[in-house]
Amino acid sequence: MTESQKQLQPKKSAKGFFGKLIQNQLFIPIAALLILVIFNLIADPSFFKISLDESSEGFLVLSGYLITIIDNASELAILAIGMTLVTAASGGQDISVGSTIAIAGSVVLRVLCGTDSRPDQMKAPIIVAFIVCVLVSALFGAFNGMLVAYFKIQPMVATLILFTAGRSIAAWINNNELPIISDPSFGYYGNFIPGIPLPTPVFIAAVCMIVIALVLKFTNLRLYAQSVGINPSSSRLNGINPQVIKFLTFVILGICVAVAGFIKVSRLSTINYSVVAKDIEMDVILAVALGGNALSGGKFNMTASILGAYVIQFLTTTLFKFKVNSAAISAYKAVVVIILVVLSAPIVRNKLIELKNKISRSKANTQVGKEGV
Amino acid sequence: MFTVNTDTRSKKLKNRVALTDTNLLLFITIAVFVVMYLCAIIFLGKGFTKPQAFFNILNENASLIILSCGMSLVMICGGIDISVGQVTALVCMACAVHLDFQGGNIYTSMLIALGIGLAFGLVQGFLVAYLEIQPFIVTLAGLFFAKGMTTIINASQFNVENEQFKALKATEVTVPLMGSYNKAGDFIPAYVEVGVLVAVFVVIALFCTLRWTKLGRNFYAVGGNNQSANMLGINVKFTKFMAHLICGLCAGIGGYVYFMHVGSGSPSHASGAEMNAIASSIIGGTMLTGGVGNIAGTFFGVLSLSTIKNIVASLGLDEAWWTNITVAAMLCIFLLVQSVILARKNSKKK
Repeated sequence: MTESQKQLQPKKSAKGFFGKLIQNQLFIPIAALLILVIFNLIADPSFFKISLDESSEGFLVLSGYLITIIDNASELAILAIGMTLVTAASGGQDISVGSTIAIAGSVVLRVLCGTDSRPDQMKAPIIVAFIVCVLVSALFGAFNGMLVAYFKIQPMVATLILFTAGRSIAAWINNNELPIISDPSFGYYGNFIPGIPLPTPVFIAAVCMIVIALVLKFTNLRLYAQSVGINPSSSRLNGINPQVIKFLTFVILGICVAVAGFIKVSRLSTINYSVVAKDIEMDVILAVALGGNALSGGKFNMTASILGAYVIQFLTTTLFKFKVNSAAISAYKAVVVIILVVLSAPIVRNKLIELKNKISRSKANTQVGKEGV
Repeated sequence: MFTVNTDTRSKKLKNRVALTDTNLLLFITIAVFVVMYLCAIIFLGKGFTKPQAFFNILNENASLIILSCGMSLVMICGGIDISVGQVTALVCMACAVHLDFQGGNIYTSMLIALGIGLAFGLVQGFLVAYLEIQPFIVTLAGLFFAKGMTTIINASQFNVENEQFKALKATEVTVPLMGSYNKAGDFIPAYVEVGVLVAVFVVIALFCTLRWTKLGRNFYAVGGNNQSANMLGINVKFTKFMAHLICGLCAGIGGYVYFMHVGSGSPSHASGAEMNAIASSIIGGTMLTGGVGNIAGTFFGVLSLSTIKNIVASLGLDEAWWTNITVAAMLCIFLLVQSVILARKNSKKK
């Protein structure tokens, strides 16, 4: 009885506040997506062309800008899952994801290559490398989580430590060498599996989304993370341990980072420590913000965050298509971020609502006046 | 009898509180710097005993000192500014392009540097203080905006050939009564660059501002407790705005000092400088939670950090990688120390 009630409750509230929910959360990413789609339709309709071509290995694959977007957004979407939880529970963001991806990728290559930087065949099964990579990333996530939860350091500053040291640690794991894996089966996870026309990262991202959807549906993680984010001390009084919840969200983000890092190295079968996943933390935070989630913690909407990740990739690909220098893209994104945060700032929102109320009130007043006459 | 007792107790308490806050952290910083410099002298030989070795640290880190001072100010006020490093790069690039391609002179280039710093400070300060957006997000966007703008202005590195600027860059100010004898027995006076003088001026100016002016004390009050500062009649929003404005200005000045040191424009200039500035501030005893900090501490924080870097470099380790790791490790240790101090303070209150 109680369990069914618990399951019903979120659905009820979603139905009850349906209109409000759309206005608050999913509205922004969908609107941004629509603006981008319309812009591209006007500028160049061939943006949406999808063709079935033969790849270099002799099987049919889908290609086109849209495929590129859903392919490249996979890592972003996976990271957005973890980042949303961290943001909700701790009220801050993890800025070390890019560096930790470098570490995760480095670990994968280290396990697969052993001490040889150019092995003819892999030294260990891929699944072993993946498990080790997940463990190591979770460990680094736990390090961040420990600093944030138990030592009460602001999340962004605590993760600044790994942000600085991460890429150096990644290089140190492989003795500053750049191992290359020649076995094509390792590339399946970042590119195409023969016979399947869609890129594999899309499926990996889908699996991650299903897993997190199930976790949020069948556990109390959502409720706990939100209550810890809204008020840690009152949730402690209600029997939730805020420290454990914060710690847990960072470990989950660590696992997300491991999956994303695995895809990243699989794409190229090698790694460049100082370039891999550079500035991805900005994109992930932007995705969370675009999803309409409060960056100061509290309530979150996972769907909106994931949608936000795809919108960001859409924006990036659009800018790339118009031959904007890859380093200059960050300036455009920064402008988008500023516009978004200004629009979502509570003060600005309140002012807008006040303005709206004033207008409606003055309308009502004039109506009343007319009736009186 | 009773009143006397409470008096002495409160006096004792006052002393202890004074020691746990700013002063203790400052003492730790200075002690760390002295110990580290002694270690460097003992283990790495005579290079570090020459006065010039010390002044070289200053020469190399003049811009970092200025950036860190601005950063400390914002952190004392309870915020953070991570855009300073990229603003430095933007200033370098803008000034370099202005001097070489547009035929500008050094005075207009200085104005450009100050203007860029002021602009960043104004916009970020407004967004943080008056729209109450998280400082980290605002300045992260500022960081990326500056990064993008640097590339848009010019994507490749080049050295400035302007004669006037070259003369300014090569200016060396000798330090009186300091120097060393070379092998031939000639006396070589120690020198500092112009940037160091600017840095020292900024340090003294900010130190005095924080200690003796109303605005300076307001920074501490706002950082310590937002609401009680508000109840005391302090304009919290304006104070926060000023902190970001001064930090932006420091980024502009620091950027020009960096430009004077390297004499070139490049998108990769000063990358990670914000990290070093934050690390120096934290090592210098500025608390991230706000309300605690000291510009003098920050100065020693920068010196400690650069001494570590020098030690790492002279140990023959791969510099780029190991410096990052040591800096991060040091940052971690100091953060933990702060956290412990804070926890002790809170438990005492209870």
